[in-house]
Amino acid sequence: MIDVTQLDYKALNEALRQSGAVEELSGCCGQRFIAAGMSDKQITVNGVPGNALGAYLNGAEITVHGNAQDAVGDTMNAGKIVVHGDIGDAVGYAMRGGTIYVKGNAGYRAGIHMKEYREKCPAIIIGGKCGSFLGEYQAGGVIVVLGLGRGEDRIVSNFPCTGMHGGKMFLRADCRDIVFPRNVKASPATEQDLAQIDAYITEYCALFGVDKNTVLDSPFTKIVPDSKNPYKQMYVAN
Amino acid sequence: MKLEGQVRIPSGCAIAAVISRDGKKMSGEMITNAMRPMHDRSNGLGGGFAAYGIYPEYKDLYALHMFFDTRATRKECEVFLKERFEVVKSEILPTRKIPQITDEPIIWRYFVSPLQSVLASMQLDEKEFVARTVMKINTEMQGAYVFSSGKNMGTFKAVGFPEDVGVFYKLEEYEGYSWTAHGRYPTNTPGWWGGAHPFTLLDYSIVHNGEISSYDANRRFIEMFGYKCTLQTDTEVITYILDYLVRVQKLTLEEAASVIAAPFWSTIENKTDLEDKQKHIYLRSLFPSLLITGPFSIVLGFEGGLMALNDRLKLRSMVVGEKDDKVYIASEEAAIRTMEPDARNIWAPSGGEPVIIKVKEGAF
Repeated sequence: MIDVTQLDYKALNEALRQSGAVEELSGCCGQRFIAAGMSDKQITVNGVPGNALGAYLNGAEITVHGNAQDAVGDTMNAGKIVVHGDIGDAVGYAMRGGTIYVKGNAGYRAGIHMKEYREKCPAIIIGGKCGSFLGEYQAGGVIVVLGLGRGEDRIVSNFPCTGMHGGKMFLRADCRDIVFPRNVKASPATEQDLAQIDAYITEYCALFGVDKNTVLDSPFTKIVPDSKNPYKQMYVAN
Repeated sequence: MKLEGQVRIPSGCAIAAVISRDGKKMSGEMITNAMRPMHDRSNGLGGGFAAYGIYPEYKDLYALHMFFDTRATRKECEVFLKERFEVVKSEILPTRKIPQITDEPIIWRYFVSPLQSVLASMQLDEKEFVARTVMKINTEMQGAYVFSSGKNMGTFKAVGFPEDVGVFYKLEEYEGYSWTAHGRYPTNTPGWWGGAHPFTLLDYSIVHNGEISSYDANRRFIEMFGYKCTLQTDTEVITYILDYLVRVQKLTLEEAASVIAAPFWSTIENKTDLEDKQKHIYLRSLFPSLLITGPFSIVLGFEGGLMALNDRLKLRSMVVGEKDDKVYIASEEAAIRTMEPDARNIWAPSGGEPVIIKVKEGAF
């Protein structure tokens, strides 16, 4: 256990680099870039980690007991981040590998510009609801939003999938109250579709102690780019 | 070295605020400490605080906090003040010498009351008279700058990191029911004491994280109504816009928020509450030049309350939390946890959704 109360982000990451394969931080309060670029480590964070937690993460596993701030997993390459709380804006910004599990709600722009390449297919699983611009410019990977505990609120706020041109999104709702752009196709998820995200839902339920049958007892909507209606003439006439 | 007004400054910044709904007083130590975990959001070129309820013994007087470049400027300005106000008290604003804060200007405060004879001859109400006098000093009197002009409130700002600015001004000695704070990250100039946040006019103060792209359109419009934007910083124009909408046009805070962070036309079009829809169409049509575009998160301080607001796209972060009678607002949750480790109901308001907290009637 490292008490990081008096450490700035540089000293904190240096202490992490010097530590063993399994490490726990206590007293975290806003230090940025925790575990940036790290691989082969299991890190537990107590307190509030600062922005860009696990940026460029390259295989390490991070568990946060509490909320996380903005830009978690920015440009993450591999590994896993588990947040036992809510998460700020732009989670998984441009991530290109690995998985992020969030127990509660996510802020604006979750999964902005996620991408995938060959065997690299990142995934973000959000248990609660999401702010506006979910999956903005999504280019690859998988986003799953379960909407648990959202009550009367919509599962995602305004302008989801703006500029989406790759990857897949699954929302646990019929989405009749959601307006999607015309360049994406939203349809009820089939059993084959749900089989693609079964492993993610199983792990979410195991991580946070949620009953899987309850989660699955709901319609899901699948959103993918509409290849028949691609983006054209958005900026120039060509 | 170019001062502000000669060159434009985009900023990054950190903000924080706390208010007691019961009007309970808090010293400035807590808000100063709240800025510490957000240290890296600032670059040491500006920090400041606004505090409400700190001058109960002079609560009916305007408290002018002023910077001067020389003793001669101060003397000249005091002659001008005495032509317009009864100066009940004038004194050096107490500060503490610390190595982190250097090159301070001459800093004084005056508790004043407008002369009734001058008010009568100019046919102005008291607040308008004070606002115009502040504008006059700040635009015409070289080397003198009013950086705070409200009643029973005060602004404290400097070039430096905010946590050092709080120590410099001895904020632990003040007791207020509401505090706002700002750490600045200007990138194009050396920074100047007057250019630090909060920006204030009368009892309105603004701390701002962001960079508005509609600055010039907003400035051209607001200058038609007697405001003078002298600093070319976007925060100054936000302060004047809110003064104009709330004090002069008598809009509610919610309506003012709907003007400056108006929803998209498509969002208005889809509204099912027809009265709400009509109101938004009306406000966007009436004040199109006061729509503020580009990233911002702001906290507006005023007598008896605070309003927090994000730009409609929410391009900056803002978190709110509460505990008992207190409400906390900050760019990062870490700052809220520093003020109150057990803060509850931590949530992030949506873009364009104002969070308005008022001290209960009679408690301030």
